[in-house]
Amino acid sequence: MTNPDQKTLNSILDGYPGEPVNLLPMLQAVQTKFRYLPREAIILVAEKLSLPKSRVFAVANFYRALSLTPKGEKVFTVCQGTACHLRGAPVVIGALEKALGLNLGQTSPDGRYGLESVNCLGACALAPVVTVDGVLHGAMTAKKAAKLV
Amino acid sequence: MRFADPDQLQDYCLNLPPVPPRRLWVCGGPGCLASGAEDLLAALRMEATKSGLKDTAELSCEPTGCLGLCQRGQLVTTEPDGYVYEKVSVEDAYEIVDQTLLAGLPVSRLCQDPSDPKAKNHPFYLPQKRLIMRRFGRINPERFDDYLRTGGYQALALAVRLGPEEVAFRIEASGLRGRGGSGFPAGRKWKACRTAEGDQKYVLANGDEGDPGAFMNRSLMEGDPLAIIEGLTLGAYAVGANQGYIYVRHEYPLSVARLRLSISNAEQCGLLGDNILGSGFSFKLSVVEGGGAFVCGESTALMASIEGREGQPRVKYVRSTERGLWDKPTLLQNVETWANVPLIVENGPQWFKSLGSESNPGTKIFSLVGQVRRSGLAELPLGTKIRTVVEEVGGGHLPGRFIKAVQTGGPSGGCLPVSELDLPLDFDRLPAAGTIMGSGGLIVIDDLSCMVDVARYFTKFLMTESCGKCLPCREGLAVIDGLLNDLCQSKAQIGDTDKLKELALTLSETALCGLGQSAANPVISTIRYFHHEYIEHEQGYCRSGRCQGMFIVNIDSDLCSGCGACQTACPSGAIIGRERKVRQVNTSKCISCGACLATCHFGALKTARRANHE
Repeated sequence: MTNPDQKTLNSILDGYPGEPVNLLPMLQAVQTKFRYLPREAIILVAEKLSLPKSRVFAVANFYRALSLTPKGEKVFTVCQGTACHLRGAPVVIGALEKALGLNLGQTSPDGRYGLESVNCLGACALAPVVTVDGVLHGAMTAKKAAKLV
Repeated sequence: MRFADPDQLQDYCLNLPPVPPRRLWVCGGPGCLASGAEDLLAALRMEATKSGLKDTAELSCEPTGCLGLCQRGQLVTTEPDGYVYEKVSVEDAYEIVDQTLLAGLPVSRLCQDPSDPKAKNHPFYLPQKRLIMRRFGRINPERFDDYLRTGGYQALALAVRLGPEEVAFRIEASGLRGRGGSGFPAGRKWKACRTAEGDQKYVLANGDEGDPGAFMNRSLMEGDPLAIIEGLTLGAYAVGANQGYIYVRHEYPLSVARLRLSISNAEQCGLLGDNILGSGFSFKLSVVEGGGAFVCGESTALMASIEGREGQPRVKYVRSTERGLWDKPTLLQNVETWANVPLIVENGPQWFKSLGSESNPGTKIFSLVGQVRRSGLAELPLGTKIRTVVEEVGGGHLPGRFIKAVQTGGPSGGCLPVSELDLPLDFDRLPAAGTIMGSGGLIVIDDLSCMVDVARYFTKFLMTESCGKCLPCREGLAVIDGLLNDLCQSKAQIGDTDKLKELALTLSETALCGLGQSAANPVISTIRYFHHEYIEHEQGYCRSGRCQGMFIVNIDSDLCSGCGACQTACPSGAIIGRERKVRQVNTSKCISCGACLATCHFGALKTARRANHE
């Protein structure tokens, strides 16, 4: 996990004009850099946009793509789209939970691994699919999923 | 190059450098990209260079938009012959270059029908009419000149000569309806926004495709981004907007990148920005990346999200065309609706009305997925029968199975039984049967899927994605989800189905936004058509073998081929038998997990009630 320092935060956020329309893009940029939204970032964004901290926090809390706690370095994401569900995503989730020792939605205590789900990646013909750090693996089975770990 | 007026644009288009006489197009749809389309493209280019092909203005091997036949990816199509190659791998690159690119001959072994390699005769493509997808397999979506060469921006060049009134008239007269799900007449929105008072107006494109099992908007944004941009420009010109936003789903980073690149290319050519084509009309466009919330596909939630707030819907007592984004008149349409606009402006409303059915003109992109032979993306005239899509385009059921239902319209839609498959896909007939067309998702469900589980799946999805603003949706879905879980875990009570139905109907009548009002559709439609499965679940039996512990497995000795696939799959050693002999089940060992059921291609495995429930 990277520690947030004011300088890095400023360098990420300085490019954005101070208008509320940039709230979500700014939070997304911080999320991409730190894999979560540090407390300092929420305060700084609120200052830069002249918005109440509560409003920034509300937005940070609402969107699934934003997280208030650090996400894992290596994230396994299981697609839970309809096609994936029908073709066995629940079994794949079970296998990954077992292999990683994590429940869906959790990050390992050392911050190295995360297990998440996504609603649909649009690769339905390859269902069920799992992405590892953005790389997609199709036609998953319990055995193949465990091998990914 | 910056075009000062329509004539300069026309001149430029007429004088574009020629393309190579033969070209290979590598499918860059979501499925093919995931299976390594980039490696395949690199291999083809390497072979082409090795064989001494000198590239003229453009390369002979290029990536293109989704070719649709995702199940058979990776796909390659050719110009000018129009062959389509399936299941192509890097190892096939030499042969494809040698035979097709150099000699114009098909590589028959990569074709569905070796005697007829042309895509247009393929059963998947035969019933289709690819208009919105017409550039998929003809352009590299990242090359601006490719778009111009295939008729791009001709509609805008025409529009600035016709004037805004005529553009708006053409859309109204065409009868175009919103492709995002509601089917609202586009012309009415355009007129309302055009006549709304105010100097500042906005046009928005909804690319927040959140329905699970749907990828038509993604394919469109990645396959022909400029068609959406040209459509928005035409819309802005007609209603008098000078700023537009395309709201794209967070999970689609490539869509965001392609749209941004295309916007920047259009700006450089003076097709976005100030004084477009010398008309005095100025228009700025930007892309907004969503935050991963399904509810932002709802129009008012989407606008709240662009404004930098939580994406929660509001009550629509004032239409967005009067007070939308930042309380200004706003014209919001789905990206596919926008992509129709250049076609209509250029070819006229009468041409558009000649496609599709009377009150549902035009074509629509459908994503066909689930338990069907050929999953993929297909564009068909509205009014096409569901059966045509499932059986002809999709090739029907998987071996040894039978189709039980087709789910349409995403999580807010409903399930139709096979008896209803002759219904036409349009905005008017499906609601009467208890579902909607929605954004065009078609999910095929066969006998191995449990309809109560399907309802549970959609309910859980909607419960997780509920924004929490209104009580019926926030709390109602949680209670419905609990009852469905009980049904799928043999914990239900007699009468729970009636309770579910009452809750579902109450939710439909009382939720705040369209998503909440339709959130109970999966439950209502499955109870309507598959009531018997609910009653069986109340009694602890799941006929589909999906809900664990709620069935036993029997083997029909007349149908069993003795292949032993089920025996290999059984984790508890409950299936017995040897070599090519008929298999049997030792019921006392069967843990009713259902692992064997999908392995049988002969339909020999049957579920039955457990003894204690008989």
